[in-house]
Amino acid sequence: MSVTNIVIAGVGGQGVLLTSKIIAQTALEQGFDVKQSEVHGMAQRGGSVISHLRFGDKVYSPIVSEGEADLIIGFEPLETARYIHFLKPKGTVIYNKYRISSITVSIGAEKYPEDIDEIISKNANKVYALDATKLAVEAGDKRALNIVLLGASLNFLPLDKNVVLKNIEKNVNKKALDINKKAFELGLNIFNNAK
Amino acid sequence: MKVILSGNEAIARGFYEAGGKIAAAYPGTPSTEVVETLSTEYKDKGVYAEWSVNEKVALEVAIGGSLSGVRSMACMKHVGVNVAADPLLTVSYTGVNGGLVLMVADDPGMFSSQNEQDSRHYARFAKIPCIEPSSSQEAKDFLKLAFEISENFDTPVLFRSTTRISHCKGVVTLEETKKIEGKGLQRDVQKYVMLPANAQKRHVIVEERLKKLKEFAETTILNVWEKGSDKIGIIANGISYQYAKEAFPEASILKLGMTWPLPEKMIKDFAKSVKKLIVLEELDPFIEDSVKSLGVKVHIGKNKLPLCGEYSKIIVYEAVTGKKIKRKEPITGLTKRPPTFCPGCSHRGLYTVLSKLKPFVSGDIGCYTLGALPPYSSMHSCICMGASISGAHGISKGLSAQNIKDKPVAIIGDSTFIHSGITGLINMVYNNGDAIVVIMNNDTTGMTGGQEHPGTGITAMGVQTVKLNIEKLCQLIGAKRVIEIDTYNLKELERIFREEMEKEGPSVLISNQPCVLRYRISKEPLKVNKEKCTACKMCLKVGCIALTFVEKAGAKYTEIDPLLCNGCTVCQQMCKFDAIVGGGK
Repeated sequence: MSVTNIVIAGVGGQGVLLTSKIIAQTALEQGFDVKQSEVHGMAQRGGSVISHLRFGDKVYSPIVSEGEADLIIGFEPLETARYIHFLKPKGTVIYNKYRISSITVSIGAEKYPEDIDEIISKNANKVYALDATKLAVEAGDKRALNIVLLGASLNFLPLDKNVVLKNIEKNVNKKALDINKKAFELGLNIFNNAK
Repeated sequence: MKVILSGNEAIARGFYEAGGKIAAAYPGTPSTEVVETLSTEYKDKGVYAEWSVNEKVALEVAIGGSLSGVRSMACMKHVGVNVAADPLLTVSYTGVNGGLVLMVADDPGMFSSQNEQDSRHYARFAKIPCIEPSSSQEAKDFLKLAFEISENFDTPVLFRSTTRISHCKGVVTLEETKKIEGKGLQRDVQKYVMLPANAQKRHVIVEERLKKLKEFAETTILNVWEKGSDKIGIIANGISYQYAKEAFPEASILKLGMTWPLPEKMIKDFAKSVKKLIVLEELDPFIEDSVKSLGVKVHIGKNKLPLCGEYSKIIVYEAVTGKKIKRKEPITGLTKRPPTFCPGCSHRGLYTVLSKLKPFVSGDIGCYTLGALPPYSSMHSCICMGASISGAHGISKGLSAQNIKDKPVAIIGDSTFIHSGITGLINMVYNNGDAIVVIMNNDTTGMTGGQEHPGTGITAMGVQTVKLNIEKLCQLIGAKRVIEIDTYNLKELERIFREEMEKEGPSVLISNQPCVLRYRISKEPLKVNKEKCTACKMCLKVGCIALTFVEKAGAKYTEIDPLLCNGCTVCQQMCKFDAIVGGGK
C-alpha cells in the first residue's frame, strides 16, 4: 500500500494552499485517496507555512511524518530548509531560489543565511532549484509563482498534466488564466529532462 | 459523487444534507469556513447563514431557529464557547424544537489561538452529547446524525472538531439533501421559560436524558469496535484515531465518535478483550479519566503522552512502544520567520508611533496583536475578545489608586469592538475611566481571512444592509473626544497621541484605513537611493518584510523588494535623509 507524501513549504501569501488544492484535486480524479492538511489564521500573516499532502490507495493521517516526504516543494529557500527534515532519505526537493526576507531580518535582529542554497544541498540528495518568481514575472504576474512550481513539480509526480491544467482552469481567476497557463508551461519545461 | 472537502466544508455540506436551515457564527480559526461555505455555496439552496456579532448571539440565534421549528446550528472556535456558555448551559434544560447543534473547533497546538482549552468539558458541564468526527467524510455524516440525536433526545448537541479535522481535506461522498418539514413554533411555557419552578422540573428531565443517552452510546454507529490483535487495544477519538491506524495497523481499536456520555459497558468489554489498554486523545484526559473511574486500568494514556499540543503518528508510536524512531532532526539555528503585518498594513504606522511613545498598551484579539512582537514590542496584555478596553479601564483605576500618572492605551479592531468592545467602552465612559481607545477599523474581520461584519454594511450572504457607524456609536456612548486618525501619517498621529495623553477622560481614536490584503490595495513600490542612504537603520523600525539591510563589499544600505513593497510610505517618513524615493517624493 504505497502513499505519495508531499510537503509544500513557503511564506504566508505565496499561494501554497492553491497549489496543494490543485494537486489534491488531480490525485482524486486519478483515483487516489487523498488527504491534505494546512494551517490558517495568524500563521498565514507573512509567517512560515507548511501544507501536507498525501495520496495513495488508502490514507489515514493527513500529516506527513518527519523523514517520510517523497517530495518537498519549497516556495522559498529558507522555508525549504526549515522543513527539509521531512524528506525521506532518497526524496526529492524542488525549490524557488527567490529569497523573501523574514521580519527578523528586516528589523536587523537576524541575518538571512547567505549559504541557504548550500544548506539545502547538504541535506538532500536530489535537489532542483529554479527562480519561480522570475519565471512568474516572465509569465505576466509575480503571484503566479505557485503555478510555476506546480508545473515544475509535475516532473516528479505520478499525475497527468492535462488533468492538472483542467484544475488550474477551475481554480484561478479567469482574467489571469493565460498568465497561469504560461506560468505552468514555464515550470513544467524547466526540469523535463531531470527525471 | 466524490469530492475533496475540508472538515469545515464537509460540516457545511452535512448541514445542507441534514436539511439544516439556520446557521449562525462569529468567525474564528479554525471554525470560520463552515458558515463561510454555507453563506456562499448553499445560500441559494434554502440555507440561511449569518455572521452574528459574537458567539453568544450566534448560539442564541440558532436557539431561536430551533424554537421556530427548523434545524439550526451555531459555529465557533473553542474560546467562543466561553462567550456562548450562558445560553448553552440553559438551553440544555429547555431542549429543542428543531434540531440544534453547537459546532466548536478546538485548536490543539494553538496555531491561531490564545489558549488550548478542551471544549469537550462543556458537553459534560452542560450534560449534552459530544460528537467527534475523525475525517471529512465523518464530519459530514456525523453532523447529520447529530441532528437526529438532537431531535430524538430533545437535546442540543456539541459537535467538536479540531484544527486537523477542520482544516484537513479528504475525500467525501456527497448525498442528497433531506426534505424536512418545519415544525413551526411550539408554545410550551414550562419547557422554554426557565423560571426556577420550570427549571427545577427540567433539570430532572436533563438527568434522565443523560441516562438514556448513555444507553444509546452503547449501540450507536458513532462508536466502532475494530477487532484486531489482542496485544494492544486503543481507545481513540478524532484525529488520534488516524494516527493510531498508521502507527498500529494490527491493533484493536475502539473508535469513539460519541465521547459524551461514554459507552461504559462497551469500554469495559473492550478493555477485557485486550492485554494492554491505550487511550489516545489530544489535550485533556477527558475519555481517560472516565475510563479509569469505571475501574478499568489504562496502561498508556497521559502518563506517557503530552497534555499540551498536538499528537502525531510518531508521538503516538514512541509513547506506546517506548522506542525512538530514528529520524532527521530539523536544522537548528535557522533564521526565524514569525508572522508579521502585511506590507502596506494600516497597523504598521500605529505601532511605529507607539513604540516611540511607549505607553502601556492593553491589547485585543486580531492581526494587531502582532504589535506585541519586535520591533514594536508595543502590546503589554492580551487576554480575550474585548478585554482591551475594559482592561485599560481597570488599569487606569488601579494606577490612579497608586497615584501613578501613566494613561493606558487600548487597541481593538472593528470586528472585535462590535463583538464585545462596545460594552467595555460604555463601562469606561459610565465609570469615568481615563484611557485612550484606538479602534483600528479596517473594514473587515482581518485575521480570519476577511469576513463581513455590521461595520462593513454587507451580510455573510452578500446582501447590502445598514452599515454601523462606529464613530457615531462612540459619540452616542458619550466618549468626550472621538477623533479620526490616519495611521499612514506618522507625524500627525504622534501629535494626536501626545495631545490625548495630556487630556483627562476617555478619548477614542478611530483609523478607517481598509485592510490591504482583503481589498488588494497596492501602490507603486518605493526605492532606496543608495547614495543618500546613511545606513542609520531608522526605516527598519517600521518592521516591514519589504526592507532588507544590505552589507556588500564595504557598502551598507537598505534595499526595498519591489515585489513586496506596497508603497505605503511609512518607512519613507522615518528616513531623515530623503533616501527613500517614490510615492510622489
